[in-house]
Amino acid sequence: MTDTPKISLKGLHKQFGPKIVLDSIDLDIMPGESMVIIGGSGSGKSVTLKCILGLLHPQSGSIKVDGEETIGMGRKDRKRIQEKFGMLFQGAALFDSLPVWENVTFGLLAAGKAKRREAKEIAIENLRSVGLSPDVAHLSPAELSGGMQKRVGLARAIASKPEIIFFDEPTTGLDPIMADVINELIVERVKEMGVTALTITHDMSSVRKIADKVAMIYKGNIIWSGPRNDIDNSGNAYVEQFIHGRAEGPIQMEVLKA
Amino acid sequence: MNFLAVIGRITFGFLQATGRLGVFAGTAISHMAAPPFYFRSLLQQMMTIGYYSLPVVGLTALFTGAALALNIYEGGSRFNAESALPTIVVIGIVRELGPVLCGLIVAGRVSASMAAEIGTMRVTEQIDAMSTLSTDPFKYLIAPRIVATTLMMPFMLVIVADVIGVMGGFLIATGKLGFNAGNYMSVTMDFLEIKDIYASLTKAAVFGFFISLMGCYHGYHSRGGAQGVGIATTNAVVSACMLILLSNYLVTEIFFAT
Ligand SMILES: Nc1ncnc2c1ncn2[C@@H]1O[C@H](COP(=O)(O)OP(=O)(O)OP(=O)(O)O)[C@@H](O)[C@H]1O
Ligand SMILES: [Mg+2]
Repeated sequence: MTDTPKISLKGLHKQFGPKIVLDSIDLDIMPGESMVIIGGSGSGKSVTLKCILGLLHPQSGSIKVDGEETIGMGRKDRKRIQEKFGMLFQGAALFDSLPVWENVTFGLLAAGKAKRREAKEIAIENLRSVGLSPDVAHLSPAELSGGMQKRVGLARAIASKPEIIFFDEPTTGLDPIMADVINELIVERVKEMGVTALTITHDMSSVRKIADKVAMIYKGNIIWSGPRNDIDNSGNAYVEQFIHGRAEGPIQMEVLKA
Repeated sequence: MNFLAVIGRITFGFLQATGRLGVFAGTAISHMAAPPFYFRSLLQQMMTIGYYSLPVVGLTALFTGAALALNIYEGGSRFNAESALPTIVVIGIVRELGPVLCGLIVAGRVSASMAAEIGTMRVTEQIDAMSTLSTDPFKYLIAPRIVATTLMMPFMLVIVADVIGVMGGFLIATGKLGFNAGNYMSVTMDFLEIKDIYASLTKAAVFGFFISLMGCYHGYHSRGGAQGVGIATTNAVVSACMLILLSNYLVTEIFFAT
């Protein structure tokens, strides 16, 4: 391991109109580390990932990937950086006009890195690695269940062999067993490929399974971060409340009470 | 509210929208010029936009040509000018009705489907997913659609509309109004100038560009779920039709104003 973080965020600030979503995020993720971000709904977790990926443009702050500043990068450099990333989207975001196998190898096909016949074999191999049978390859994404879509999304994210993978709520909306299957797959893939992983989740069993390190985001700031094992005695009232899922505590949900 | 403030806000909003559209068009054009090119998508689009629009374009032209012939015969007979029928039909169809009606029909068909498709991809994060797979949505989605529409309008649809429109007039004139077939054709050919055809094809290309630009622009910028996609679709069709009628006048002015 080197000393340069794989991803380094400094003072990341993003607002939509007057609404501040990210206030000032500081976060370092070391190579090969599996970082998990936890935090309430609407706290800006997905926005953070999209800023790192260059899909949203933060108003200020710095995002370094392998020590290289990515903010204000030109089209070419941005593309080179993007090739390091794979992402599993919160809603899977499969291309519904393409069959499953073309989804999985979309990046390879679009870059002309594989012929269609080779691509199909690569797709089937990747589908198998996430526990899906080859007959799924010819279905359209709309014909799959939510859990299968997530797995296809996972296969797509790893097919281009990225150095960094983002998982945005990989287990929400799945039954506990399927959720555990996905968690196992993530751990297995991440270890096997030696990638750096950043996962967002609300699901404490995911956290315990996937994380090397945990960071908690609240009101646009990282309010706590540390190794997974410290999470149960973090001494931080916000973290305590979150991991035990209590309604009473310092975090006030913006819910109007009658 | 202050009257001046309202005017200012409207003007500012208009300029902002025009600027955004200009930037969008510029980006799209710059992506058409630089590789990689996605020929597969281009061919697919040419097929859906060109070939599959033929039946409705053909029918529209046929009935318009026929109705035009009836109208001119009856109108012309009021001052013994029935013999001008073939000339007026061919000039009316080629210069004006062929391209404009074809443009409006294709706007309804193609702008709407582009806006709905790209809009759905936007709100379900498929466009974001595409970027993370190192594929530029401008290159993969937008450039092929604009190129395909701008080529198919003149070189397939409007040529067909012109020919079938004139034929509609011919069928009514010879079948119902007692014109001699050979005479009708030779008058038509004598009066048609190459300039008329250039004007027709120029209009077609301009309309094709606006149709696809509006479909892509509104789809790409749609937000907020199914309702947002619906609004984008409506806006795409309405703005494409307005731009067709406006640019029709301008192109006519350039070609035929003396
Ligand atoms: N494109 C956008 N335009 C305007 N506001 C946005 C946009 N994207 C996100 N937001 C706002 O940013 C806030 C954070 O959104 P984000 O999607 O990051 O939440 P999250 O932490 O991922 O929540 P969840 O766990 O529910 O997915 C939300 O309040 C949302 O309204
Ligand atoms: Mg989210």
